[in-house]
Amino acid sequence: MNKPIKGFVLALPTRRDFVVISAVAAGGVMLVGCSPSDMLSVGADDKHFGPFGPFLRIAPDGAVTVVSKHIEFGQGNHAGLAAMVAEELDADWDKVKVEQAPANAKVYANLGMGVQGTGGSSAIANSWPQLRAVGATSRAMFVSAAADRWKVPAAEISVKNAVLSHPSGKTATFGDLVADAAKLTPPKDAPLKDPKNFTLIGTDRVRRKDAVAKSRGQARFTQDVHLPNMLTAMVAHSPRFGGKVKSFDATEAKKVPGVVDVFEIPAGVAVTATNTYAARQGRDALKVEWNDDKAEKRSSDAIMDSYHDLASGKTQPSGDLKWQAFDAHGTGPAPAGGKVVEASFDFPYLAHATMEPMNCVAEIGGGKNKLTFGSQSPTVDQLNTGMIVGALPGSVQIETLFAGGSFGRRANFKSDYVTECVHIAKHVGGGRPVKLVWTREDDMTGGYYRPMVHHAVKVTLGDDGFPAHWNHRIVSQSIMKGSPMGGGGLDETAVEGAKGSPYLKATPVVDGQLILPDAGVPVLWWRSVGATHTAFVMEHTIDQLAHAAGKDPVEYRRALYTRAGANRHLAVLNLAVEKAGPTPAAGWTRGVAVHESFGSVVAQVAEVKLVNGEPRVGRVVTAVDCGIAISPDQVASQMEGGTCYGLSAALFGRISLKDGVVEQRNFDGYRVLRQTEAPHVETHILPSMNKPSGIGEPGCPVIGPAVANALLTMTGKPTSSLPLVKI
Amino acid sequence: MAKTLIINGKSVSVQAAPDTPLLWVLRDELEMTGTKYGCGIAQCGACTVHVDGAATRSCVTPISALDGVKITTIEGLEGVHPLQAAWVEADVPQCGYCQSGQLMSASALLTKTPHPTDTDIDDAMNGNICRCGCYQRIRAAIKVAAARAAAPVAA
Repeated sequence: MNKPIKGFVLALPTRRDFVVISAVAAGGVMLVGCSPSDMLSVGADDKHFGPFGPFLRIAPDGAVTVVSKHIEFGQGNHAGLAAMVAEELDADWDKVKVEQAPANAKVYANLGMGVQGTGGSSAIANSWPQLRAVGATSRAMFVSAAADRWKVPAAEISVKNAVLSHPSGKTATFGDLVADAAKLTPPKDAPLKDPKNFTLIGTDRVRRKDAVAKSRGQARFTQDVHLPNMLTAMVAHSPRFGGKVKSFDATEAKKVPGVVDVFEIPAGVAVTATNTYAARQGRDALKVEWNDDKAEKRSSDAIMDSYHDLASGKTQPSGDLKWQAFDAHGTGPAPAGGKVVEASFDFPYLAHATMEPMNCVAEIGGGKNKLTFGSQSPTVDQLNTGMIVGALPGSVQIETLFAGGSFGRRANFKSDYVTECVHIAKHVGGGRPVKLVWTREDDMTGGYYRPMVHHAVKVTLGDDGFPAHWNHRIVSQSIMKGSPMGGGGLDETAVEGAKGSPYLKATPVVDGQLILPDAGVPVLWWRSVGATHTAFVMEHTIDQLAHAAGKDPVEYRRALYTRAGANRHLAVLNLAVEKAGPTPAAGWTRGVAVHESFGSVVAQVAEVKLVNGEPRVGRVVTAVDCGIAISPDQVASQMEGGTCYGLSAALFGRISLKDGVVEQRNFDGYRVLRQTEAPHVETHILPSMNKPSGIGEPGCPVIGPAVANALLTMTGKPTSSLPLVKI
Repeated sequence: MAKTLIINGKSVSVQAAPDTPLLWVLRDELEMTGTKYGCGIAQCGACTVHVDGAATRSCVTPISALDGVKITTIEGLEGVHPLQAAWVEADVPQCGYCQSGQLMSASALLTKTPHPTDTDIDDAMNGNICRCGCYQRIRAAIKVAAARAAAPVAA
């Protein structure tokens, strides 16, 4: 099995799952000794790729289209992926187009996951060698075709902006040569450019390809799909997680003009209608009684109290529940008489709250198994669909559209909203298209939140003022437990960022332990995953330690990074501090934080003041080391956006449950960052010749602790729970 | 029950019931999908259109309230609006889902207030949520478009 990417792993089927599918769908066909991507792509149509392979098409007129195996939902990867091909191909960037790949677990596998999926800020990183090779190989085919035609040595031919030329004055375009080039056997190991010679990558020319469509209302999202004879569906869900339908009365719902049918599916009661408004009215008119026998009925406060009791030792874990070490090194007692700093942190459940609520279009039956939607994990969605309809996963077609944000929400082991749509479309049958629409309320109350987490930290300082002994307890629901990749080992998604922290590395004795109690609230990765809480805990603790030691927080970090050999942390910290300049604007207080996630390191200097008692963030100077920045513009864009997303959570984000029912239903209850509260982010990219690392998530987790650190300086009070603004 | 609406300068006959929000008439009946559904309760601004030039949340505006008024949607911004050009130059969009609403709020602002201050921008744009956090580019692009309108240069 492929090594999972840290912080994000796709669900791979167990052998048993696959045998079940095979038995149902293919009369007991068994595949032994195949990789997951082999198994999961059985039934896929992968024979239609052209002469330049599955990632590149060149039309007779020379038009270049790069096929993206990754979904674009804001992170700018389509531009970066296309630029890799265009750079090595020497294509005319302005004319390069990007197209979304179909679902195919093998051909379009994320090379860090083994199957197709986008996540863990890995789109650019895993594609870097692959797509450069696509460009270089295809370029060599054009050069070879020109050499044959002109009867000159290939080495004398140069390519620029899709035009090949020879010192003799001969020139030809891709269009002139494509028919000949297509006949050639692709060379193996076509040479890649030395990054020093890049002419496109790393320049401001690498801009989004979708900005025009998205500025004219022309980009096509799942919500926008209209197909002939299509039904629109909504589902009445249990108000409590784990609740089941006891009975329902559809009499009034069926009276609503436009409502077509009402029926039960595993997730609740579905209403189909000829349009969205009728579906909504029909669902509102539905009367459902719920069976809450197995539902989660606790309040979030009660769940958090149980976390505190575990961390403090008031409750001893029993049964399968046990403490697991995530970092335990060094031995010996804490130094007697050393200054002790204790810090406690509570993090609430968070909804992703994408602008486009979850939705999906399915056509099932009549020889069709097709999904059309913003699929973040096509292989998982194929697998879960295949199990419902009795088809080989690879034969489930997925047309992936733009998604109006995801932040992790659309990558779900259970394909929750997708399977709802598939069940409904299967019931409707005949391949009739069904668009499942979640309202904002469905989306907000639908679960799959960032887990609620508690950290308890107790640090004893040595004589030199630096940590000598670090005791750390983390209590969280597990994202991975119960998933096909759960295993039972340490859930890295709960500890990443604490585990591996340079501060722990620089501490002689560390006792870091994790415990993962169950709760009935579905949880999921949320932009930057474990770092959403570990970055806050580590960075805010460090400032509390620096204050206790009477040292400047920046100097304190520098010393610890030096001890830990964390050179990249040191470099981005120094760059951010230098660019911020010596003093904040009058009336503003600075806070600093640094964190590594998804292979990239981000440092921020944030300027904060209080406005009507609420923290307001102004200038945020950001330094990032993400390896080679393919598109500096999109790196900056992700730093700006990630900062807003992280700040929104730090200031306002909170999903709470009362007696098992989610209290926030829409943006009036779940406050998010708005224009007035948005910071001004300046991004400085550390020059690097290293391969690219993640950029979609690393900008998210740093701003929260930077703000808390500014407030600590301002008020002397540490922050022990988020959000900062209590409603 | 047919009703006539004036959308992007054209009279359009629609069949929906009078209480139907304009948003769903646009999106489902007329298949003009540039205007987005985000919250349904006028909290996020994704559904913003112009009604007689004023930024209006179409998700809470029943078509019964729209007799004789001029409705403009993102599809009806004339030509390539200076804001749209500024949006593309600044690479404002990320996921893009909220941008129609952002542009409709911004264009209503510039029509009324051609030289907006930061406070004017806050007031006009605070009803439009962007979860990707494109806010600073939105602000910058509004200023660029406003500055160009103030000092037109030969193309």
